Amino acid sequence: MVDLRLADFPLLSLIIWLPVAGAALLFVIPRSQEALIKIVALLVALADFAVSLPLWFHFDRHFSGFQFVEKHTWIKALGAHYFLGVDGISVLFILLSALITVLCILISWESITDKVKEFYIALLLTSAAMIGVFCALDLLLFYVFWEAMLIPMYLIIGIWGGPRRLYATIKFVLYTLLGSVLMLIGIIVIYLKIGTFEVPTLMRMGLPYGLQVLLFLAFFAAFAVKVPMWPVHTWLPDAHTEAPTAGSVILAGILIKMGAYGFLRFSLSFFPKATLALAVPMLVLSIIAIIYGALACLAQTDLKRLIAYSSVSHMGFVTLGIFSLTANGVEGAILQMINHGVVTGALFMCVGIVYDRTHSREISYYGGLATVMPIYAAFFMVFTMASIGLPGTNGFIGEFLILLGTFQAKKWATVFAATGVILGACYMLWLYQRVFCQKVNPNIAGLPEMKLRELVSLLPMLILVLWIGIYPKSFLSFMHPSVNGLLQHVQAAGPVTSITQLIKEGLHAILFA
Amino acid sequence: MPFSLLNFKALAPEIFLVLVASFMVLFDRAIRAKDFFFWTALLGTLVAWWLCRTSLGISFGESYTADHYGFFLKTIFLLSLFLSILISPVYARRRGFHFGEYYGLLYFAVCGMMLMASGTDLLLIYIGLELMSLSIYVLVAVDWKDPRGLEGGLKYFLLGSLASAFLILGLAIIYGRTGTLFLAKIHQHLSVDPAVLAGIAFFLVALGFKVAMVPFHMWAPDAYEGAPTPVTAFMSVAAKAAGFAALGRIFLLAFASAHPMWIKLLVPFAVLTMFVGNILAVVQTNIKRMLAYSSVAHAGYILLGIAAGTREGLSAVLLYLLIYAFMNIGAFGIVTLLQREGGVGESIYDYQGLARLYPFPALLMLLFMFSLTGIPPTAGFMGKFYLFRSVVHAGHPWLAVLAVLASVIAAYPYLRIVMFMYMREPERELRPAFSLSLWAALGISALGVLIIGLYPGSLLHAVMGSVF
Repeated sequence: MVDLRLADFPLLSLIIWLPVAGAALLFVIPRSQEALIKIVALLVALADFAVSLPLWFHFDRHFSGFQFVEKHTWIKALGAHYFLGVDGISVLFILLSALITVLCILISWESITDKVKEFYIALLLTSAAMIGVFCALDLLLFYVFWEAMLIPMYLIIGIWGGPRRLYATIKFVLYTLLGSVLMLIGIIVIYLKIGTFEVPTLMRMGLPYGLQVLLFLAFFAAFAVKVPMWPVHTWLPDAHTEAPTAGSVILAGILIKMGAYGFLRFSLSFFPKATLALAVPMLVLSIIAIIYGALACLAQTDLKRLIAYSSVSHMGFVTLGIFSLTANGVEGAILQMINHGVVTGALFMCVGIVYDRTHSREISYYGGLATVMPIYAAFFMVFTMASIGLPGTNGFIGEFLILLGTFQAKKWATVFAATGVILGACYMLWLYQRVFCQKVNPNIAGLPEMKLRELVSLLPMLILVLWIGIYPKSFLSFMHPSVNGLLQHVQAAGPVTSITQLIKEGLHAILFA
Repeated sequence: MPFSLLNFKALAPEIFLVLVASFMVLFDRAIRAKDFFFWTALLGTLVAWWLCRTSLGISFGESYTADHYGFFLKTIFLLSLFLSILISPVYARRRGFHFGEYYGLLYFAVCGMMLMASGTDLLLIYIGLELMSLSIYVLVAVDWKDPRGLEGGLKYFLLGSLASAFLILGLAIIYGRTGTLFLAKIHQHLSVDPAVLAGIAFFLVALGFKVAMVPFHMWAPDAYEGAPTPVTAFMSVAAKAAGFAALGRIFLLAFASAHPMWIKLLVPFAVLTMFVGNILAVVQTNIKRMLAYSSVAHAGYILLGIAAGTREGLSAVLLYLLIYAFMNIGAFGIVTLLQREGGVGESIYDYQGLARLYPFPALLMLLFMFSLTGIPPTAGFMGKFYLFRSVVHAGHPWLAVLAVLASVIAAYPYLRIVMFMYMREPERELRPAFSLSLWAALGISALGVLIIGLYPGSLLHAVMGSVF
């Protein structure tokens, strides 16, 4: 049992349900009042971010258990609770989700003109479900938030997306659903074995080895699709590319982090033996994702698609760090998740800004943009550098910690992964060169510079890039106790038995479970 | 339990239904204001439910047992009756069958279902089944100006009589081997031999036909498509629930000791039903046919609950049937709303752009579709969760895995409707027939789907106490 510290005030509930209440408020505003709808949505999102700030200031950074805990009976007959809490692994994602929701509303201000009311309702509901996923400490509650998010996300991509949005959105939902339902069976099996849905209790349970492996794979199906890991990443380029800007930002910023968060919160702590046994295959998949994603980027002609494939590569670093099972690697992975959310979210916002002006995502459509939109080019430059991992930006800290952690665990993995950094520089710099340098393409001559609203929506991201890059301690200090507790738990489960024994036990569990 | 030979009180709801139904059929000519029958039928449903609540007991020797199991199922029948009546008037008036017999036949059908749910004597179950089936055969063809209805009704009737023959055959074999028709006594005397297994198989075929189990589902798409939509809504939920009521009681009470045998028979059918239903639903372009195949698939999931063979499995079946009533009648309510003469509003392409023209009905349809898919926070998820949990608990995790995989296939046809409504532009002018009673039915269904989805606690408690 992990330590719990109860909350005096239901802060987490407030953060989750405020956007839902906001969505309900939007529902009753008449459709024609578009300006009012946008303002209300923005105010709700800002208020939600404001109420999430106490998490930053009042979070006890020396406590390894769960804080701000709320627990009420939800479904008595099933033993499910409305059970919320945060630790050093989840707390930053809640803040990031709340922030990104605000920015998504700002960036969609003028680009969404159709079904405005539905859009902001869907956006706020997505935000609530995302925050719920990071707060839930009851497996059933977690699953409800995890799946509920599919509904607004399906609509966001499908209604307001690009030309191939219908294909992209149904592919996204079917992929995610296929993974999730296997996890649902895993959740049921765990519940029937242990008799509870409570994550803090389950985190210290000891299941038989063979069963751990099966359950690890069931959860892996859900998380690997969400991350996404190679070879189940193929929904991501389509979904990211076809989604509206806000949808891409949410997908890249938060949604795909949920997969990696799932590995950290559930796979590692529930199935430590299976984690140790399967760490190397996971590292191999991560390396393939890093290199494959980077190579795919070099071949792209579509701006958003390129950034989407870069996500595959960057998320490969995240899973690499997680399964290095070292403190540096895991902390680097968590930080890199935040970084990736900030940087890739910002890059998608940048693409959205020019897309609103030109309605083209083709790289060859642009050229010499730095002459036309110099301030914009400067912003894009910083985010490009952060994506590459230039020292002084947040990308450097995250990738460096991951590579350091992996080097401590498996040296060969670091060698392969580091090539991803080099390839990253290739595709991002080449992209920058093609879009911003060279002769001014007549297509884009005379494009107006960024508006104040667009500048304001990029500015927080810029500040975060530099803040994490220069002084990462204020973020890393959240993680130390929780990460150390988690890794001690995993290492204590070792050493694991041989793979033949594993297969034998697995078969036993299948046949006689 | 008190043993009484002629306890008419336990039969009060059925007697009441027959009386009201006879009244509605007989006095149809005398009463011009046909809305009178609508209100009578609506009110009568509530009274019947109250009677069910207050008259638990055993009657006619051990032939009839009005227990909690029966009560829960009767609640489902009456709920679907209530909702189906609410969505009927506008449609029935337009098609010219808004008269007393229509409501009378619905009542007779429900009376038959109640006998099936509370019958503890094979013969009584058979009589209930026939009463239900004959009423529904007529109801499918009640819109006699529509040739599709006649075709569907005739098909259902011909195949249905075959199923009845199977039931009689099974009944005869079981009687021959055990010497009794009382379920509890069959349970005592049942010894597993080939003849008994054949009898069990015949029961499975006959009742499988009623719940639209593959490969005995052939009638379902035609009957569902041809029948007037409110009738489709009613039969897709209530007749299925009645079939499962009898299946549950016969297989888990009378044939309980043969569970290791019949589970081997049932599981392949259940798996086939889930996959065939969902895969065929993918290619349908008529919304009623799509929902028909989806209803086949849902029968497959529910069969798993029976196959589990545990009390928990049976309670999951009950919960699922109740949830299915809300979401499926809700979906058919939307179909009724949009349907027009000449098949307008039946093609799924007619749903294109619905969200732009009529945002609120589209939103409700979205809710029902996600619930049928089984995505939280809707009731459909809770039903599936509890069902699959009971299957895993009974020791069949791989069946649950197959079931969830089948439910992923199902996502496509349902989400395609959502896609058409929200992500395409309208092509055809639809003129929905809004009416207060239809809104009421949709509102009740939507609330049911949301409330059970978010807070199923007390309902779960109720189903757990409703298993014999």
